[in-house]
Amino acid sequence: MEILVCVKRVPDTSENEIEVNRDGTDIERDDLVYSVNEWDNYAVEEAIQIRDKVGGNVTVVTVGEEEDEEVVRREMAMGADSGVLLSDDAFNGSDGKGIAAVLKAEVEKGKYDLILTGAQSDKGAGQVGGMLAAMLDWPYASLVNLLEVIDDKKIIVGREIAGGNQEMNEIDLPCVLSIQTGINEPRYVGIRGIRKVASLEIPVHTSGDLGIAADAVGESGARIKRLDYFVPDPGEGAEILEGSTDEIVDKLVELLKAKGGIK
Amino acid sequence: MAQQVFAYVIHKNGVVDDTALEMITAAGRLNSDVSVTAVIAGSGAELDGVCKVVASSFSEVWKIDNEALAYINAEMIRPMLTRILPKEGIVLIPHEHFGMDMAPGLSVKLDAAYLPDAVDFESIEDGKIKAVREEYGGQVSTHVLCDISQGAVITIRPGSFKADESKSAGGNIVDKTAEAMEGGLSEGVRRFLEIVEAEVGDVDITKSDILVSVGRGIEDEDNLEMVFDLAKAMGADVSCSRPIVDAKWLEKSRQVGTSGKIVKPKVYMALGISGSFQHLGGLKGAPFVVAVNKNPKAPIFQAADVGVVDDILDFVPELTDRINEIKG
Repeated sequence: MEILVCVKRVPDTSENEIEVNRDGTDIERDDLVYSVNEWDNYAVEEAIQIRDKVGGNVTVVTVGEEEDEEVVRREMAMGADSGVLLSDDAFNGSDGKGIAAVLKAEVEKGKYDLILTGAQSDKGAGQVGGMLAAMLDWPYASLVNLLEVIDDKKIIVGREIAGGNQEMNEIDLPCVLSIQTGINEPRYVGIRGIRKVASLEIPVHTSGDLGIAADAVGESGARIKRLDYFVPDPGEGAEILEGSTDEIVDKLVELLKAKGGIK
Repeated sequence: MAQQVFAYVIHKNGVVDDTALEMITAAGRLNSDVSVTAVIAGSGAELDGVCKVVASSFSEVWKIDNEALAYINAEMIRPMLTRILPKEGIVLIPHEHFGMDMAPGLSVKLDAAYLPDAVDFESIEDGKIKAVREEYGGQVSTHVLCDISQGAVITIRPGSFKADESKSAGGNIVDKTAEAMEGGLSEGVRRFLEIVEAEVGDVDITKSDILVSVGRGIEDEDNLEMVFDLAKAMGADVSCSRPIVDAKWLEKSRQVGTSGKIVKPKVYMALGISGSFQHLGGLKGAPFVVAVNKNPKAPIFQAADVGVVDDILDFVPELTDRINEIKG
């Protein structure tokens, strides 16, 4: 099975507190630790497991700039067979549809059976997979937390729905799936693995290579534009307990007793 | 705003989802005298019942009635909506597991702008909606401008807009089935099989009065012991947020959130939980919420009554010791 996994390099929210910069034009980028989007990492692991079971190849793709190549390399260290970076100044300022259009052009250069994305990324939109599927006229399923290959024509997917329940579907290939966290246990990537792929050449495809009209993507094509970042009015918020740990523990125990929190 | 506004209404077992009335409020934020058309898909008598309820709140109800829609399948409904919705309309859809499945592709098919997971609308001017979204798990907010001149598909975060319960509309029910079905059902590509119900765990956290809930801040599986120790001291049950289940450290039946369990405790201790909206969506009944988190900007502090800014790995053992001392 030929599998393409779309990944993104994002600020690692488990390593960073995300703050708004001074003039509200961006988040504070100094000293940010970046990593591959958590959902995407599950998607790559799933692709590798499928390949190991039924054969084929896993390709990892990202849309971005030079520094974004590192996540492609990391996922190759994890076990993906090849990677590609889609990069062009014309892509800058794309909205979700612009990104999906760039990916569509790359998909059409290959012959894929299955495309995986993460269910969402740092911006919380959860949009690119569904858009890509619609542009390709391929079936789509989101929030996939179980995947079972039946044959080279169809697979079974479980979708995560409310209440911890799972919606089972049979879906024809080729298709696009967005992968939910928890579907598998992504393997650890050690320094040795990173070293092994450090010198591999990762091809870069530009808008010219992909045959994309410049006005279809990038800022000019975007119908969604971010104006600013801000921290919402904190409103009521919690009463923050202050003092030494001893004092805080005292206050908290009193509160818990009063509210029936200690039986 | 000259454009027609639609709201895709979700229902289950004959009950209309809370988000239906929230979308009326959202539409009203765009234009105070807007009339909103509800679009509802389903099957038979159950659908008719739902349409009747919805008609009391919406100025018009479009229904799509087919046996194959007894369980809603985004792949089947998207082409139907593409046929019946005007190209330049504004389409509101709840941002939950069905909306996320259906909406991005619908925006492509309608060639409309896509604005996902809106939590507020601030203004509408020159064919552009100024909306509020959140990024980075709710750590920061953004204003975004959405160009609606060629229509827009907008998903609305459940619970962000207060439900409009005025029920003043009393709209007509229009059967759109024939138009929606032109060219037949697209049932080939993705076939619904069944719902696999969540496994029942050893503890039913939906019945617990006191929950000690643990998140990513616990860092390591071995550290869970201190959470169970605190729960034991308090007479509480242990629940958790999604990353703990993803890591397979606790069973799914202990997960609080929209994709886990909806809980209604009296007291809720959130330990090392950042407080995503999906997690908070699982917390009902206005419990007394205590948040302990080393990040003072964690969204959980907005939802909590009392907060402690500290590393749970340091704080939790201290709290447990004190409670055990008191209890002797």
